[in-house]
Amino acid sequence: MTASPPLQTVQGAGHDPAPAPRRRSLLRRQVIPGFTLSMGITLGWLSLIVLIPLAGLVIRASGLPLDRWITVLTDTRLLAALRLSFGGALIAALINGVLGLIVAWVLVRYPFPGRKLIDAMIDLPFALPTAVAGIALSALYAPNGWLGSLLTPLGIKVAFTPLGAVVAMVFIGLPFAVRTVQPVLEDIDVELEEAAACLGASRRQTFWMVQLPTIAPALATGVSLAFARAVGEYGSVIFIAGNLPRVSEIAPLLIVTRLEQYDYVGATAIATIMLAASFALLLVVNILQKWNRDRQGGTR
Amino acid sequence: MSKRSLREHSATRLSLVALTVAIILLFLLLPLAQVLQQAFAKGPAVFWQSLQGEDTIAAIRLTLLVAAISVPLNLVFGLAASWAITKFDFPGKSLLVSLIDLPFSVSPVISGLIYVLLFGAHGFFGPWLIEHDLKIIFAVPGIVLATVFVTFPFVARELIPLMEEQGREEEEAALVLGASGLRTFWSVTLPNVKWALLYGVLLCNARAMGEFGAVSVVSGHIRGLTNTMPLHVEILYNEYDFVGAFAVASVLALLALVTLGIKSAVEWWHRDELAATRRH
Amino acid sequence: MIDLQQIHKTFGAFTALDHVSLSIPRGRMVALLGPSGSGKTTLLRIIAGLEHADGGTIRLDGQDATDLSARDRRIGFVFQHYALFRHMTVADNVAFGLKVRPRDSRPSKSEITDRVNTLLKLVHLDGLAGRYPTQLSGGQRQRVALARALAVEPRLLLLDEPFGALDAQVRKDLRRWMRRLHDDMGLTSVFVTHDQEEALELADDVVVMSQGRIEQIGTPADIYDNPATPFVYQFLGNATRLTATVQGGTAHLNGWQLPATAPDGPAVAFIRPHDWTLEDAATGANATLRHASVLGSSLRLDVTLQDGQDIEVDIRRDAGQAVPAAGSALRLTPNRVAVFPATA
Repeated sequence: MTASPPLQTVQGAGHDPAPAPRRRSLLRRQVIPGFTLSMGITLGWLSLIVLIPLAGLVIRASGLPLDRWITVLTDTRLLAALRLSFGGALIAALINGVLGLIVAWVLVRYPFPGRKLIDAMIDLPFALPTAVAGIALSALYAPNGWLGSLLTPLGIKVAFTPLGAVVAMVFIGLPFAVRTVQPVLEDIDVELEEAAACLGASRRQTFWMVQLPTIAPALATGVSLAFARAVGEYGSVIFIAGNLPRVSEIAPLLIVTRLEQYDYVGATAIATIMLAASFALLLVVNILQKWNRDRQGGTR
Repeated sequence: MSKRSLREHSATRLSLVALTVAIILLFLLLPLAQVLQQAFAKGPAVFWQSLQGEDTIAAIRLTLLVAAISVPLNLVFGLAASWAITKFDFPGKSLLVSLIDLPFSVSPVISGLIYVLLFGAHGFFGPWLIEHDLKIIFAVPGIVLATVFVTFPFVARELIPLMEEQGREEEEAALVLGASGLRTFWSVTLPNVKWALLYGVLLCNARAMGEFGAVSVVSGHIRGLTNTMPLHVEILYNEYDFVGAFAVASVLALLALVTLGIKSAVEWWHRDELAATRRH
Repeated sequence: MIDLQQIHKTFGAFTALDHVSLSIPRGRMVALLGPSGSGKTTLLRIIAGLEHADGGTIRLDGQDATDLSARDRRIGFVFQHYALFRHMTVADNVAFGLKVRPRDSRPSKSEITDRVNTLLKLVHLDGLAGRYPTQLSGGQRQRVALARALAVEPRLLLLDEPFGALDAQVRKDLRRWMRRLHDDMGLTSVFVTHDQEEALELADDVVVMSQGRIEQIGTPADIYDNPATPFVYQFLGNATRLTATVQGGTAHLNGWQLPATAPDGPAVAFIRPHDWTLEDAATGANATLRHASVLGSSLRLDVTLQDGQDIEVDIRRDAGQAVPAAGSALRLTPNRVAVFPATA
């Protein structure tokens, strides 16, 4: 196009030569007002409340000499507590995956009387203070409790055992699983299963080969979120778990114990391990969510 | 999803529905019923009396105070953060969003610990605070700080996706029509997000009043002074005052139910005015 | 009168506007026409103050407005998707620009009400003052957006794809009505469009843009009859692009010798479908008919020239006239050709 006839871009004559480009700062270029103020509040508040205190923990931990780390990390009590926190959370998260899938499936696909109420109740563990959940579960599963008295004759002890910790973790994690799967199930096109049926798939085949793969990323995300929540959970677990060192003591409780003994080094070290685990999980969740978005985006 | 021609057998459906109802009853409703049963185990008079205790009243008062401070703080933060993030383009935006969400992935105990490490007697600012006779840990400021931390993302995460969806055109239209930034915010942006804002504030408040782990670490459990309601539940429970513990717990459970009720009502009546992820 | 000098704008590595200069006299209706990505909407937003240019100056009525905020420019802007305030009624939407004025220049409540009613009557929405935007049709929303923009008595009205979101019939009606409104109110308007028909029908002046630059400015007749560049030729009207060779001021194409100002060498020629004459094939055929179709009063011929290039020809058709059979030999002569050097 360079050799085409000259452009007639200016009407009239007598214009000044090109003015020098004006300098404008990044902030001046924003058209909607309030950038400096809102960004200032955001960054200031974020730093003050979240970043600086968290950095404080990391700085303290990095100041610990290696031999202290080794002492702390080889403590069998801590190892047992970490095993319960992570192992219990994993079991609870997997249970939540199954329960969450069933509940979400039913809530999305089967209209039944009281469905809206059930749907609203799902968020109860979000809203109920963990201490309340803790004492309620503990009373429920105590040997003389409503459920405990039914389970004890069968030889199943829940309260004051590691199993109790898992039960509490299932309770607080259930909404994460349901609420991540539910919207994806809602969005699955009916045409998808109709297409599968037309191609000769049975109902079971359609579920395993078409629907489950579609919701797999969301389910994995929900399970990870439930896991992350359960690993760090404190309030609902400590009442029911019995807190026997090396048996039913969770890692967050051990942090509290160390603090109460003024063992700041021990508390800091455990907290750092758990924080690192949380960040790793956060990364996993982000990757899973991207997978979920990609999968959902690809079908429409 | 309205067509139901290729559905599962009705037996399968029925058993799945039954299973779901059982899960909800067993896992969610039974604990709730347990709270009420235990609270009223010795009759309404004992229940009522146990709520009148001096320490219980003090705990309720402190819980209300802490929520009254931390919820507005996070409300202002949430509005500022969502305005900055959705109305402007700048590098590092997604990192900022992740950082705002960070407190959700930190164990509540750690959320308390970090302030102990900063402001506790052996903490970074500890000596300076002692010197100036200021108390943060084992006092109300520490409880407020820990509460603000754990409820930090609530308002922002309800607003950001919604304001992202709504775009900037209405604000631009208001500006072109001569409105000031503040006026635009008040008359255009805020009315558009009011239900999502209520939703976020509600969840923020429920968590602020119910937080246990983080507050437990910084509180010091001083009866009548630094005991919030959830902490008071623990104390009463450990003293085998079950009626007292469950009575306070039932008040907190009521708060949770009211929160759920309003939340469901907002979702039901104003689902178009919530972010897409909230529209079940 | 608005005067833009050397407006430059980049988004990252993408140049949205490449030193664009443009003057718009008072009272005109100007179309910014171009494909998406040509910079037309960016230019409109820069005029409104919704985007800051990286360089260049904007003068409004002789006053330097380059650093004036959108708020202070007194320019009406109709957004592509209208950007109506969803929680306000139609009347509140229209009144907004008056209500937000500083106290000393704000009209009284009753003045605002009167003005809103007058405007709603003007846009034929007087019965709908209490409705919310979601309760309106697309065309009604568009008129609310217009009334809202006009309420502040803007010195300039800007419209971003004003008819883009409407269906065909509404679009046609609104177009006519809009033009009348512009004339009756003595407005100065600039609208962005990618629809050449809309630009040619509605505007006094058309500014054709491509890749952040202005290709041509002129009246609709100017632009259509004398496109300045191959781009304008192709963007306005479906011209057929043919390859030719220029030698000594003459373009050689399918045996025709056509006058050309382009330098010697390979060239491209543009001919519009209706710029052909069909002659008696007995005097020497130079094309073959592939397919003929009847388009009401005209006949559309798909033709292959002797040199192998395909063209489209529209000729007038009288009722009852026979449709030539596919495969017939034709003799065609171009009436009007534009020849440009064949560059990349």
